[in-house]
Amino acid sequence: MTRSQGSRVPQGSQTSQSSQEVQDSQNSQDSQNSQGSRDRILARIRAAVAGAPEVPVTRSYRHRVPPPAGGTPGEAVELFAERVADYRAVVHVVESARAAEVISGALARRGARRVVVPGGLPEEWARAVGAHPGGEAVPDDPPLSAAELDALDGVVTGCAAGIAETGTIVLDAGPGQGRRALTLVPDYHLCLVRAGQIVPGVPEAIAALDPLRPLTWISGPSATSDIELDRVEGVHGPRTLEVVILR
Amino acid sequence: MSGVFLGMPAFPENAAAAVQDSQLRFNLRRATRTIRGKRAAVAGELPDWAALRDAGKQIKDHTLRNLDRYLLQLEEAVTRAGGRVHWAADAAEANRIVAGLVEATGETSVVKVKSMATQEIGLNEALAERGITAYETDLAELIVQLGDDWPSHILVPAIHRNRSEIREIFRERMGEWGRPAPEGLTDDPRALAEAARLHLRERFLASEVAISGANFMIAETGTLVVLESEGNGRMCLTLPRTLISVVGIEKLLPTWRDLEVFLQLLPRSSTGERMNPYTSTWTGAAEGQEFHLVLLDNGRTAVLADEVGRQALRCIRCSACLNVCPVYERAGGHAYGSVYPGPIGAILTPQLRRSGTVASRDRLPPSATRDLDASLPYASSLCGACFEVCPVAIDIPEVLVHLRAQAPHPRAERLGMRAAGWVFDRPVRLARAQRLGGRLRRFLPRRLPGPLSAWTDTRDIPDIPAESFRDWWGRTGGGTR
Repeated sequence: MTRSQGSRVPQGSQTSQSSQEVQDSQNSQDSQNSQGSRDRILARIRAAVAGAPEVPVTRSYRHRVPPPAGGTPGEAVELFAERVADYRAVVHVVESARAAEVISGALARRGARRVVVPGGLPEEWARAVGAHPGGEAVPDDPPLSAAELDALDGVVTGCAAGIAETGTIVLDAGPGQGRRALTLVPDYHLCLVRAGQIVPGVPEAIAALDPLRPLTWISGPSATSDIELDRVEGVHGPRTLEVVILR
Repeated sequence: MSGVFLGMPAFPENAAAAVQDSQLRFNLRRATRTIRGKRAAVAGELPDWAALRDAGKQIKDHTLRNLDRYLLQLEEAVTRAGGRVHWAADAAEANRIVAGLVEATGETSVVKVKSMATQEIGLNEALAERGITAYETDLAELIVQLGDDWPSHILVPAIHRNRSEIREIFRERMGEWGRPAPEGLTDDPRALAEAARLHLRERFLASEVAISGANFMIAETGTLVVLESEGNGRMCLTLPRTLISVVGIEKLLPTWRDLEVFLQLLPRSSTGERMNPYTSTWTGAAEGQEFHLVLLDNGRTAVLADEVGRQALRCIRCSACLNVCPVYERAGGHAYGSVYPGPIGAILTPQLRRSGTVASRDRLPPSATRDLDASLPYASSLCGACFEVCPVAIDIPEVLVHLRAQAPHPRAERLGMRAAGWVFDRPVRLARAQRLGGRLRRFLPRRLPGPLSAWTDTRDIPDIPAESFRDWWGRTGGGTR
């Protein structure tokens, strides 16, 4: 990487041998200090809260979200579709049997030729990815570099859960989802959600997910409101999110 | 801004200058009104908002009460999951630890996710002194960094800039930091966001080290949580080989389940959305990354020791209090002289600075910082809108009044208060003073003389009635005679 503003960096970027040694001793000193700081911080906390009363936690909020989100599966699907679309994502609700057809149709419309497919994606979906003219399903095996991912036209994945009330899709890097970079670097993400994966609200999703896996909660395409609080879809993450809900 | 601001840039002086800036006032009014409406709509959508708010407050208070225990649990869980935990008592130590970790990778640049904690400790400046360039990647932080500017809002730090100012900054400065702005860049927010995407793309793909903060840490599992919108956070958290997260010790939640409360409270209070576009959670060294967690005190334990003031540590940095504050809307974020502006800043900054350091725009000398901090608790009309909107029910007016009582008061004010106390102490003294006032009321000037004129410059002196209520009651028996 080139550095283009050397003036902002007072010291040279090359570290001489002797300053490297100084640095090393500084670092080991820091790890000792950190130990001392650990004890000091913990002692300060204990002194600060000594004698303070315990605080009970009452959870009188909704543990299960009621209808429509928590209603019949049909109601939940409908609300999920509506809320995902609110974020200006493209949404389809189709019968499961039509999954392959919808995948290849969406990719053809988008003009997405080389599309990455994560390991564990259902065979039928993966075949559909390369089915349109010029289409090619690119496996992430061996793992693609970030630059290679950047050169691809999109990614097709499943998901771990959908949340009806907030229109959120959660990925947990499990089968058919791939590592986190796969759904981040390509500019187009086509995500398939089975109706049975849709939970009513945030509490149900938290209960269903495994915190030890890296999770990515996605609510619409990448967006920013940093300029005059005007919402703009599409900054660094995929600028187009297309969601296929399978009934 | 560089150089030392001489004199006393306390809040009133800063604010007086800011309210003269009509562009700033226009930008702020527009932005805060938009977001107020959005927040109210999505918070109103949840029938159990009040119950979520109660639970949020209680979970935070419970965590703070047992912070030592939960921090140790967190440390164990993060370590078990392959991460390394470092403890920093103050800003200088945190900066040293981070710089050392970056140097150990052999890299001389890092990408950053927007983080209040790293702004608080002045990390970018500290890294620059060690020859490391920190690239901000959040769009608003990029605008602030390129413009050599200072953040003015917790959520949208460049809220004081409008689109044409941003276009100018991009055109003039992007080239110095990397890929220049495209030819013919317009001031359409879409075009500006696209310019930022192009400017940062290669940087993301090539960076080896990233620095982040975190919105929450889960003690039970060792999980860290980052909420964002643009995907710059995901880029930084996912692509680089080494990830260093600097997080204040109060960001802890005991259990994974607690997130069910905060993932409902935070997005709706902050951006006014049902959910922010991206939330990332990871536990320890995810997907083969090297992960370091730097736990930051920097004055927090001193805040914790204050029975009234400690509620400020519940703050989840949503910025809802800024958006409803009539003082913030007029004075803007820079007037608060700290990375934490608005009502929460007025109670957090002076408290943190008791034993920690909080970066300020003007790099003030200690005496001026003391003056500023003494003035911050007065940067409020005590209207209470901030308390009402706060998702963790921080009683900001209560803390403001508490801090006002602690701030140094001038001798004349103390004498005046003592005199008033003497009068109010006995009914007979009060009655005599009221009768005296009634008799002398014709001589009351419209404006007070000397230093007291500061008060009457902007207020009318209330009329003194000819007769006090109690005298009238005694004379007429409440109007029956």
